[in-house]
Amino acid sequence: MVRRIDRDQQRFDKIIKGKVRQQLRKYINHGEMIGRKGRETVSIPVPNIEIPHFQHGEKGSGGVGQGEGEVGEAIGRGKSDGDGQGEAGNDRGQHIREVELSLEELADMLGEALELPRIEPKGDDQLTSEKDRYTSIRPTGPDSLRHFKRTYKRALRRMMATDNYDPRDPVIIPTKDDERFRSWKTVSEPHTNAAVIYMMDVSGSMTDIQKEIVRTESFWIDTWLKRQYNGIERRYIVHDAVAHEVDEDTFYRTRESGGTRISSAYRATDQIIKRDFPPSMWNIYCFQFSDGDNWGEDNSECIENLKQNIFPICNLFCYGQVKSPYGSGDFIKELRKVEEEYDNLILSEIDDKEAIYGSIKTFLGTGK
Amino acid sequence: MVVTTHRPLPKVLCDIQQEMEQHALDYGLDFFKTIFEVLDYEELSMFAAYGGFPVRYPHWRFGAQYDELMKGYSYGLQKIYEMVINTDPCYAYLLSCNDITDQKLVIAHVYGHCDFFKNNAWFSHTNRKMLDQMANHSTRVNQHIDTYGYETVEMFIDTCLSLESLIDPYSPHIRRTQKTESKADAKKRSEIEGEGGTGRFPAKMYMDRYINPEDVLEEEADQKRIKAQEMADQLKFPKERLRDVLHFLIQYAPLEDWQRDVLSIIRDEAYYFAPQGQTKIMNEGWASYWHSTIMTKHGLTDQGLINYADHHSGTMATSPNRLNPYKLGIELLKDIEERWDKGQFGPEYENCSDMFAKEHWDKDLGLGREKIFEVRRIHNDITFIDTFLTPEFCYKNQMFSFAFNDSNRTYEIQSREFQQVKQQLLNSLSNHGRPAIYVQDGNYKNRGELYLEHEYLGVELKLDYAQDTLVNLHHIWKRPVNIETVVDDRPTILSYDGKKHSTDSKEKQ
Repeated sequence: MVRRIDRDQQRFDKIIKGKVRQQLRKYINHGEMIGRKGRETVSIPVPNIEIPHFQHGEKGSGGVGQGEGEVGEAIGRGKSDGDGQGEAGNDRGQHIREVELSLEELADMLGEALELPRIEPKGDDQLTSEKDRYTSIRPTGPDSLRHFKRTYKRALRRMMATDNYDPRDPVIIPTKDDERFRSWKTVSEPHTNAAVIYMMDVSGSMTDIQKEIVRTESFWIDTWLKRQYNGIERRYIVHDAVAHEVDEDTFYRTRESGGTRISSAYRATDQIIKRDFPPSMWNIYCFQFSDGDNWGEDNSECIENLKQNIFPICNLFCYGQVKSPYGSGDFIKELRKVEEEYDNLILSEIDDKEAIYGSIKTFLGTGK
Repeated sequence: MVVTTHRPLPKVLCDIQQEMEQHALDYGLDFFKTIFEVLDYEELSMFAAYGGFPVRYPHWRFGAQYDELMKGYSYGLQKIYEMVINTDPCYAYLLSCNDITDQKLVIAHVYGHCDFFKNNAWFSHTNRKMLDQMANHSTRVNQHIDTYGYETVEMFIDTCLSLESLIDPYSPHIRRTQKTESKADAKKRSEIEGEGGTGRFPAKMYMDRYINPEDVLEEEADQKRIKAQEMADQLKFPKERLRDVLHFLIQYAPLEDWQRDVLSIIRDEAYYFAPQGQTKIMNEGWASYWHSTIMTKHGLTDQGLINYADHHSGTMATSPNRLNPYKLGIELLKDIEERWDKGQFGPEYENCSDMFAKEHWDKDLGLGREKIFEVRRIHNDITFIDTFLTPEFCYKNQMFSFAFNDSNRTYEIQSREFQQVKQQLLNSLSNHGRPAIYVQDGNYKNRGELYLEHEYLGVELKLDYAQDTLVNLHHIWKRPVNIETVVDDRPTILSYDGKKHSTDSKEKQ
């Protein structure tokens, strides 16, 4: 029986998630508003929903307390948004409630808000991978797969049936016949894995503000792609004049200086793809963030590299150019020249945090 | 469908219950039959979220409350030990994981509440069959949901709940307005209307010219017209300001039948719960007085002592910025008992100027117990504090008043003077700490606008909430709504016309 309270609670849950949905734009643009991130869930602090009443504010309010203290001594701070109930001491400031959302729900909200199309995985459906799933039980098997609970239960049942069980001395001894083992089935699944390669320019002209934008944007891209594919693999490349493959943490924190040679990042990307992600097996996504400052003579090499090695094999190549006070922002112009030819090349200029929302839509709105 | 939590009380608890009930009866407590049920925390939270009732109409705020209680419990921030509801028979819910000393204490405490519900005058008008009534409300709301859709009804309930505090908590006990015209009014009216309507004296025809001169008659007619105008002005709607705003809305707002029904449900339930707000200090004080008396005199065992002391002191803990109703209630009751035992009351005692004699005053009257029984019968929190709070008590209990300092946004200790402390306490208790709001005019500016008045007693309204509430009020009244209040020390009228808010503040007075 569904209890009344569960129904009411679900309703409340729905309302409060609706709040997140309504204000998703705010949460998208300000990544720091996302609270704790777990493996599967994120918690988002939302202001509690309250039913408004005519009620007393702080001005002129007061109350009676008990205890030590001189006249004039402070006993507690007013809350900038407390709901003083006349009995001022009783007030509870505006509650913040944390909504726990699974990443899937969040991705769905994102998809809904940005009207993102579902991604059609490329490649043929023939591509399958084989997986072992432990779904059944059988009477033989290796010890390492012994199902303890089942074995124990069978032994208990046998002992009780044969009247060998004494509750005051509950000793259960399984025999060979009692043993049960986990068993697997091999299933083949259509292969829809995605590889995401993030590239970021960490030359001196990229400041923390730009990196924050990159971090926020890539969180949402990750969330969305994770929802669309069974599993995604991520690789991170930072570059100035030379490129390095780094882990996620380093990616967001590194700060280098010096010049910029974007082609170095493309070469690294090419290497990673060749090494880890055979294009026939993977849906490959490349996201590059830069302030668009590149050494002039490098540009032609970049374009050449993209045309040769990258455009032909990836689902999407997204270039996000963040605005930096130091960068010239010229590189996007080079890419614009070839934009027509390749429909998997997406360009977006991200001027500030508020532009993240639109940029995500540009990147993921193609459904590729 | 009543929730199937009913299971027989375990033998141990059944024995304790009988023992405690007997002690309570021996002390003269008088209660409806009390039915105890043992619940796990989830179930108890569910009942608590529903205000003690197993069946309420569906609404998300119960879910929110439940969520909060469960989280608070799982993080170890709070715990409910028991719940009692004011019905006949009385239902009380115990938490299953309480240890045995706690259960004893709680059961004794419950009998205190049950006695209070039954005997305190402020509860005398509450519906003792509220369990059924709540279930009926639920059925009615569910019917409306079936007809009009969940979200429509939910939204309207939200609107009503926003106004639920606008009732007149004293109205069950007195008759506010006489429907019949008072004699003075009737006389006035007949004066204006005049006999025959002309003001002419009966006279023989040949004398008429002298007895009823033309010019005088005309003058009289003029005066009559002016008076009639004044009278019309007095025919205000409503005649005098009304405290029960909800009742006014139910009567006059352009609502559909189902909406009127929902609003009445919200109002009925608000009235049912109102006395609990009016008697928080007394009710908890009374129950605590009895659990402490019964436990310390009869219920305690050696091994339970520490546990009892821990639990009791936890309940009685005070903090500087929060008045503990349990503590204040029990202390004040004990103080009254002591004073009436020793005869420290009446003109002789009051007028005694010898402080030493006063302190050691003991006439050995032994009237204390009798007195506190009387107190629990007739008082609510306000009259209780007003009548029995003494300077000695304030001093002994280190009471102080505090106030909000606008300049540094902190609460500061304001005074330890008896009069100030008492006044502050009474202020914060009046109307359960909520602003008092009246309907002043239902036809404001002769445009069918609603005009409310906030009775300003020094504390201003929380502005953003007030404006949101006006929006909800407008949903119901459907014409512009106004409230007269004070904002930033200036008399101000807040208005909402369905599209935008406006604020009309007068000069500082």
